[in-house]
Amino acid sequence: MSALEPTKLDRPRASRNWSAADSGAAKSVAAALRRADLGDRLRSLTLAAPLLVLLALSFGIPLVLLLSRAVYDPTIADALPQTSQALRGWNGTGLPDDAAFLALAADLRSNQAKGTAYELAKSLNARLPGARSQVLKTVRQLEAADRPPLEVMKAVPFWSAPGTWPVIESGTHSVTSFYLLSALDLRWNADGGIERVPPEQAIFVQVFMRTFLVAAAVTLATLVLGFPLAYLIASVPKGLAAILIVAVLLPFWTSILVRTAAWTVLLQKFGLVNDLLLWLGVADDRLDLMYSRIGLIIAMTHIQLPFTLLPIYSVMRTIQPSQMKAAYSLGAKPFTAFRRVYLPQVFPGVMAGCLLTFILCLGYYITPALIGGASDQLISNFIASYVNVELNWEMAAALSFILLVFTLALFGIFARILGLDRLKLV
Amino acid sequence: MIAEATGLSRDSAGPAPEVNVGSPNTCGRGFVEFVDVEKSYDGRTFAVTRLNLSVARGEFLTLLGPSGSGKTTTLNMLAGFERPTCGVITLEGRSVDRLPPYERNIGMVFQNYALFPHMSVEENVAFPLSVRKTTRADVASRVGRALDMVRLRQFGDRRPAQLSGGQQQRVALARALVFEPSLVLMDEPLGALDKKLREHMQIEIKQLHTMLGVTIVYVTHDQSEALTMSDRVAVFNNGGIAQLGSPDDLYNTPESSFVASFIGENNTLEGKVERVSGKECRVALHGGGSVAALAIGVAEGAACHVAIRPERLKLAPASNGANALAATVEGRIYLGDHQRLLARLESGQVLTVKVGPEATMGNGEPVTVSCAPTDCRAFPADAGTGGSISKTGE
Repeated sequence: MSALEPTKLDRPRASRNWSAADSGAAKSVAAALRRADLGDRLRSLTLAAPLLVLLALSFGIPLVLLLSRAVYDPTIADALPQTSQALRGWNGTGLPDDAAFLALAADLRSNQAKGTAYELAKSLNARLPGARSQVLKTVRQLEAADRPPLEVMKAVPFWSAPGTWPVIESGTHSVTSFYLLSALDLRWNADGGIERVPPEQAIFVQVFMRTFLVAAAVTLATLVLGFPLAYLIASVPKGLAAILIVAVLLPFWTSILVRTAAWTVLLQKFGLVNDLLLWLGVADDRLDLMYSRIGLIIAMTHIQLPFTLLPIYSVMRTIQPSQMKAAYSLGAKPFTAFRRVYLPQVFPGVMAGCLLTFILCLGYYITPALIGGASDQLISNFIASYVNVELNWEMAAALSFILLVFTLALFGIFARILGLDRLKLV
Repeated sequence: MIAEATGLSRDSAGPAPEVNVGSPNTCGRGFVEFVDVEKSYDGRTFAVTRLNLSVARGEFLTLLGPSGSGKTTTLNMLAGFERPTCGVITLEGRSVDRLPPYERNIGMVFQNYALFPHMSVEENVAFPLSVRKTTRADVASRVGRALDMVRLRQFGDRRPAQLSGGQQQRVALARALVFEPSLVLMDEPLGALDKKLREHMQIEIKQLHTMLGVTIVYVTHDQSEALTMSDRVAVFNNGGIAQLGSPDDLYNTPESSFVASFIGENNTLEGKVERVSGKECRVALHGGGSVAALAIGVAEGAACHVAIRPERLKLAPASNGANALAATVEGRIYLGDHQRLLARLESGQVLTVKVGPEATMGNGEPVTVSCAPTDCRAFPADAGTGGSISKTGE
């Protein structure tokens, strides 16, 4: 009896009264199969390895490093070693003892000597608005050395203000929740609880809300425009469908910057759209389409249309005409047939298209920057500003992290509702 | 038996379905009537031309023909998916030209089943009831009965994709029958199944037809399927009906070369009509020899095809006026219950002869093939041979 008999390979445990030799043979065959499987898997993994390495080096590691800056900021702790030491016993309420003031003075002077005072001033300023000038002033006075350091420190009211020392204390810990809280317009209060920042300082929650609202509006607009078009393309003969698909994709192949610039030409006060509206008599006066929310949504809708349309189209194409014929023959009126037979089947495509567009909209940067007004800037514009202008990478990382969490949560909800396998992204 | 159990049968104790064989074109009498129906998609060529067809209540009528012969177009017009270019279709005496498909109350079974993949088997079968605002309890009991009828009760929770092809087609049948339509259309419903399953389903569909007494119009290109199941068969060719009749009419008395070769197996001999005398004629075969045959619309001097069924040919010397042709054996195909002998005539044409399983002649052996003139049918060579499928060698 051959050890390679298929029934034994299929069901090695099916029979209990095998002879020892038989079971030994079967075991070694199973082991050989496993070895062969492992070899196959390793080989295919080797083929994918260059891509995996590239992804890890160019995406995974930088992402983790950057996002970690949202919670890991050793600048202040590194710059104020003596102060860190001195504050260790402080209970966090009121002012610390004089030793802490002296330690801070010493740290400030040593930073000045190393040339890192400005850096420190900037870091403190990020957490404590107005701290920069106070630090630089104090450093100058300490440099002058005409009074004892303690007197200098006490003479600057900033260092005795109630909010100052808790911030310095929190800065002496390398791992901080400060930026993440700030990204949600929250902060630690003096009692160690979390509170909302004063309304005049609150900004990010509003920006996040705006980002989500714009993304939702654009998604809805692309769906309303794209669904009938996808249906049309899916139902016309092949040749015409190919032409329509090219027409949809043609703008898709143009640079997003070019398309955005084109919209600025069209939407401006004396642009084509306004001319047309006036000529048609739809509008009495020239509308402010540029630098406005509506202009932003129009331009983003145009850019996003293919992303919503293509997944819907690809699902619609797979639905056989006999499905609707069957529904009609079974007595369903056109709307009922559409709602109960067609729509449920294209739903995964609709969800995939909408999800794709929504998530891409959350990260829009160029279009809001060029077409949106000051109050239409989305979260990406703030992140870019923190990276490029304010050089506050910690804040940029915190905002990015919050955005990423929201995006993943949204994706998770979609996947949960629909099942990831049913989400037809292509 | 099952009919009573399921309660789906209408008038099961009522009169047997009348089979309207003799007078197919009696206007206004049929359950379904096609009167001078034509269909053109492009305005130049016609998919269906001059179609007159009457279907009796309770009848099983098959539209048989090669692809592109107009049978599916005819079915789609009846279902309401296509509108006739001209002519009238009536259902129970009412013109349906302005009636959309969802108001015709016609059940339809598709070749690819067209089950709704996002619904379970039960939901699929319940669909026609739910769009008709049937009460919930009524839906449940009728769906249960319909699934019992196709013996799929235990699969009610499954998705169509989890069923085999045959099971899916049974679900489609249950779905097309559950709302008790008086007419059910089937568009090559067994085309996607393998041979064994197809034969099984043929019997099952035929049983359902007998049990429920519904009228069925069935489209197929498989002639054996048509012969097995139908009360009457309409053979389609080039957009029109080539012949309409019961299966044995079509098999035994085909009216054209096309029907003769499309229904069952036939030997076709080419020749020229020497003379016509009454019902019979004498045909001089190409390459020598002549046979007497029934004249089906042939004229003297015209080219013709003589069609002879393999089982009508005998390996015996001619007796009292039978045709006799000298031939040599060229091969023997063993088929268990019988054998097929390939016999080459002196003219070079090869005849297939059905012989008993005990025949033992070898290749090259001379034989005499004979047949009665009444078993030979001579058709004009030009008419309707375009789509013919000759089963014998040239």
